[in-house]
Amino acid sequence: MFYIYCPYCGEHREEEEFHNHGQAHIERPKDPDSCTDEEWGNYMFFRKNPKGLHHEIWVHAAGCRKFFNVTRHTVTYEIKEVYKMGEQPKVVAE
Amino acid sequence: MSDVNSEAPTVALMDQLPDASIQGQSPLFHADLATVAKKGPKTGGVVFKEQALMGQITLRLNAENAEQLKAAEKVLGVSLPTQPLTSVESGDVSVRWISPDEWLIIVPGLKAFDVESALHAALSGHYQVVNVSGGWTVFMLSGKNARDVLQKSAPVDVHPAAFPVGKVVTTVFAKSSAIIRRAGDDQYELVVRRSFADYLWLWLQDASREYGLVVEA
Repeated sequence: MFYIYCPYCGEHREEEEFHNHGQAHIERPKDPDSCTDEEWGNYMFFRKNPKGLHHEIWVHAAGCRKFFNVTRHTVTYEIKEVYKMGEQPKVVAE
Repeated sequence: MSDVNSEAPTVALMDQLPDASIQGQSPLFHADLATVAKKGPKTGGVVFKEQALMGQITLRLNAENAEQLKAAEKVLGVSLPTQPLTSVESGDVSVRWISPDEWLIIVPGLKAFDVESALHAALSGHYQVVNVSGGWTVFMLSGKNARDVLQKSAPVDVHPAAFPVGKVVTTVFAKSSAIIRRAGDDQYELVVRRSFADYLWLWLQDASREYGLVVEA
């Protein structure tokens, strides 16, 4: 079980209150009409599956219902960092 | 942040209680708590009471907009709690922090439409006021074992060190959800969805059995 810090509530809560929403920082092509099929396909369907640090989106579904980002190590499951939407991670893979 | 609409939109308002003489029914009407209270035990570790037919209003606005905060304060008589997980209470109005831009206001049922209208009149810009009175009901749990019942039902830390009087948490409660507020030393307020009211009433009876449940009407 994760014990996740919600940056909006300002305290740790059980994983039961949260939902994972997959990889964070996925940028939509600025001009979808003129991007290539490959660019669109990558944006739409391809996700990272790293062994190591992973930036992902979580939502405090049963609590304040806000989305935020979590940096998690996929091997140790350790949560390295929690940061709000619109912010950039401080802990990044080398 | 600039407001989305520069012109004030027209909001359709409807009083959900057309006549105060029409008797409303709370979600636990069928449980006949008055009879349960009369026939049941008078002492026990947990005391249950439904605060039936209260008025609930959801208020959403930008907490950094001082003008909106001031307008809401003027209507409610108390300033909105902007500190996470806090609540304020003044007379028959209580306000709970739900999210950085959302609050739940509870007033007596017959007052809900007046407060809703007054908020619409006072607020401007990008905001939301919704009368959700039909969607929720309020349970009060008190007694020396009330905390034990919460510990069995919810994953949040309700130890007094982590859960001071006035703190509000929205959390998972017995596989359903509840907005739990510590109203007093041994007093907890549960705001629950009306569709789950019966299930939670059954759950609470079961969870309180070992301590003795007293029902107040």
